[in-house]
Amino acid sequence: MNRIVEMKAKNRDQSLSDSRDLDGSYDQLTDSIEDDFELSTVCHRPEGLEKLQEQTKFTKKELQVLYRGFKNECPSGVVNEDTFKIIYSQFFPQGDSSTYAHFLFEAFDTNKNGSVSFEDFVIGLSIILRGTINDRLNWAFNLYDLNKDGCITKEEMLDIMKSIYDMMGKYTYPCMQEDAPREHVENFFQKMDRNNDGVVTIDEFIESCQKDENIMQSMQLFDNVI
Amino acid sequence: MATGVAAWLPFARAAAIGWMPVANCPMPPAPREHSKKQDELIILNVSGRRFQTWRTTLDRYPDTLLGSTEKEFFYNEETKEYFFDRDPDAFRSVLNFYRTGKLHYPRYECISAYDEELAFFGIIPEIIGDCCYEEYKDRKRENAERLMDDQEENKDSRLPNMNFRETMWRAFENPHTSTMALVFYYVTGFFIAVSVITNVVETVPCGSTPNQKDVPCGERYTVAFFCMDTACVMIFTVEYLLRLFAAPSRYRFMRSVMSIIDVVAILPYYIGLVMTNNEDVSGAFVTLRVFRVFRIFKFSRHSQGLRILGYTLKSCASELGFLLFSLTMAIIIFATVMFYAEKGSSSSKFTSIPASFWYTIVTMTTLGYGDMVPKTIAGKIFGSICSLSGVLVIALPVPVIVSNFSRIYHQNQRADKRRAQKKARLARIRIAKKGSSNAYLQSKRNGLLNELLDLTSSEEEEQHMNKTSSLLESQHHHLLHCLEKTTAHEFVDEQLYEQNCVEGAQFSRSPSLSSQDGFTGTCCTRRSRKRIPLPNASLSTTHTHTHTQGLQELSAIHIQCGDQPSLSTSSRSSLNIKSSERSRINCRGQQITTAVISLPSPTNFPPDGDGHGLPNPLSTPPTINTTSSSNIVKVSAL
Repeated sequence: MNRIVEMKAKNRDQSLSDSRDLDGSYDQLTDSIEDDFELSTVCHRPEGLEKLQEQTKFTKKELQVLYRGFKNECPSGVVNEDTFKIIYSQFFPQGDSSTYAHFLFEAFDTNKNGSVSFEDFVIGLSIILRGTINDRLNWAFNLYDLNKDGCITKEEMLDIMKSIYDMMGKYTYPCMQEDAPREHVENFFQKMDRNNDGVVTIDEFIESCQKDENIMQSMQLFDNVI
Repeated sequence: MATGVAAWLPFARAAAIGWMPVANCPMPPAPREHSKKQDELIILNVSGRRFQTWRTTLDRYPDTLLGSTEKEFFYNEETKEYFFDRDPDAFRSVLNFYRTGKLHYPRYECISAYDEELAFFGIIPEIIGDCCYEEYKDRKRENAERLMDDQEENKDSRLPNMNFRETMWRAFENPHTSTMALVFYYVTGFFIAVSVITNVVETVPCGSTPNQKDVPCGERYTVAFFCMDTACVMIFTVEYLLRLFAAPSRYRFMRSVMSIIDVVAILPYYIGLVMTNNEDVSGAFVTLRVFRVFRIFKFSRHSQGLRILGYTLKSCASELGFLLFSLTMAIIIFATVMFYAEKGSSSSKFTSIPASFWYTIVTMTTLGYGDMVPKTIAGKIFGSICSLSGVLVIALPVPVIVSNFSRIYHQNQRADKRRAQKKARLARIRIAKKGSSNAYLQSKRNGLLNELLDLTSSEEEEQHMNKTSSLLESQHHHLLHCLEKTTAHEFVDEQLYEQNCVEGAQFSRSPSLSSQDGFTGTCCTRRSRKRIPLPNASLSTTHTHTHTQGLQELSAIHIQCGDQPSLSTSSRSSLNIKSSERSRINCRGQQITTAVISLPSPTNFPPDGDGHGLPNPLSTPPTINTTSSSNIVKVSAL
């Protein structure tokens, strides 16, 4: 299974910490940040290449390339949400992509432990890039369904929509109106919600998407991303 | 394009799947990878030392030498490697930059050699990491100062074009420039010394007259001293006036410290001249003579060391002030204690707390004159505590404080420097970032231009146009394009945004054809609908010129060469005629139509351009959603 290596490096100057204990005061001027650190680096190593090949639909070479890029940005082997947001924001310099990055993080972090390991990352990518259309639609539904209860409400969709519109930033043409996300959500629900009960279930979603040519076509855009 | 996270671009593109079901328009096609190369190791031979790295590592920074096609110039066919005739040690830092995304400055490296290497490989030094940036900037500044010093020495030899005043000023400031200056320098120095010695000797008792006790020499040889003083003051006055005349900025000269010292040095003499016979103020006159000692400070013009000392004291003023403050606290405490302890004893010298200050200071600095000693037991106890604590308070922390303050002082200086540099650095990084978003806008325009020309040009030209940007860039731009399509808004830059906002305010007032009659259409019809009000609006007289202007601006956005109506009409006619092209056009057709719509000048509407707009725009139902892809062209165009 996964090997998690924890390394603790304690403060060398025992006397310093003792002296601090003596007077019990912490003077911010004199105590610097380095003294206080109890470094615990968590090093996460993924399972072997063969196992990942079984779990995902990537070839060995593709996994190698992916891992090299992953490890370069996150040497400790896991991505936490802040790093995720920083990485994602570099692609959208004009807007604020942190909310959408948060939703993405939730979608990738399948075991809800607050960090995305390489396996989570690669499994998610495998579904999006190499999965069937239905798999991809399922993944997208999972992304939209914020509380993972099996249906998308208008509020959830509005949050998602706002996060997407936030990425555009301020300088757009035409000028971004306040209710643009809301209108878009209305349109979406008109299209997707067959029985008009105010929520979109997974079946309604897949059915409506399959009927829409545009969506079907754009889903195939991801075939050659890697 | 974000550097260093190029490896994550596939992830960002995959994450765009979240936009797909929400978007109402079809997405633009993804850029094709012309040559699907497997990632390969490339060998960089730098003066014999071989470095190997992945090609994608180098491709992360496409605007440097190694990341762009510029390195092909250095490719060696026989050995199948890239050969650079440069320093391999410096190359290590360069290559590590590609690997880690951080540029480090090695300390052993000479600053100018390093700069040259960076310039050769096309890397801007501003991206040096925080860990090394300070060192780099310090070394660079030293180097610049050295260069400036060299320059100044050369500058001194440029004599001919300076007028007399400038020559004089230079002579005053830098005595080594000419022999006259040197002579003047030594003469003034000599007279300063003479003046100081005179002041000192004046007060020495020399020889006694038979009927009086010792008198100071000043009173004995009054005339001689007076003549000496007069001579010195005359020299100083002449010097001051000459400096005042030669100074490039007289006001600034008069405010400078040295000139104030000059004035203070010679003023007592003149005041004394004026007030000689008045006995009442002779006491004040005597006091004025004290100021003659300031002449010694005139030596600081002659001594570099004095100037540095003065500057150091000035810059350490706050630390010294704090030291003084803490000492004052201790003095006040002990003086109070001693006063109250000695209050009881008779004939005590500790008459008041301020009187006790003297005792405290003398005791704490371990001078111990003995003119004031405590007599009571309590006084003696507290006196001994005072002297012990004096040792601690002054002797112990002074070295610690001195070194501490030196360290803190330098740290502060570094922090200020860093803050000052940070602004400039961030500004530069911001410009580069803006460059990336501008790059997208630029490529959009290029893309539209390409597509216009596509229909009339051949396949090879199209491929040629596409190759201008790297694959990474085109993929990133495709990603941003998808976002635009999803939200039905476009990225623009600031100026256009401001103009559009101005017009947007007037848009809302235009007749009902604006998109505010409910969101029934999709992005595409919305866009075409937004166009629709324009010709109508410009019919109304009130809004004419602003809308025309807006129209021109829009045409500027969408087509770079907006003065090619023939091209557009031919392209449109090609839309009609070449139905076989439709499948190829599909999404592109949209963009062409936007171009077409905005092209015609508002005063005369060629009926074909806006013909769809004028008659019954409302009757054209938005049909994008429900029709097949082949209809996309139809609806958006006509």
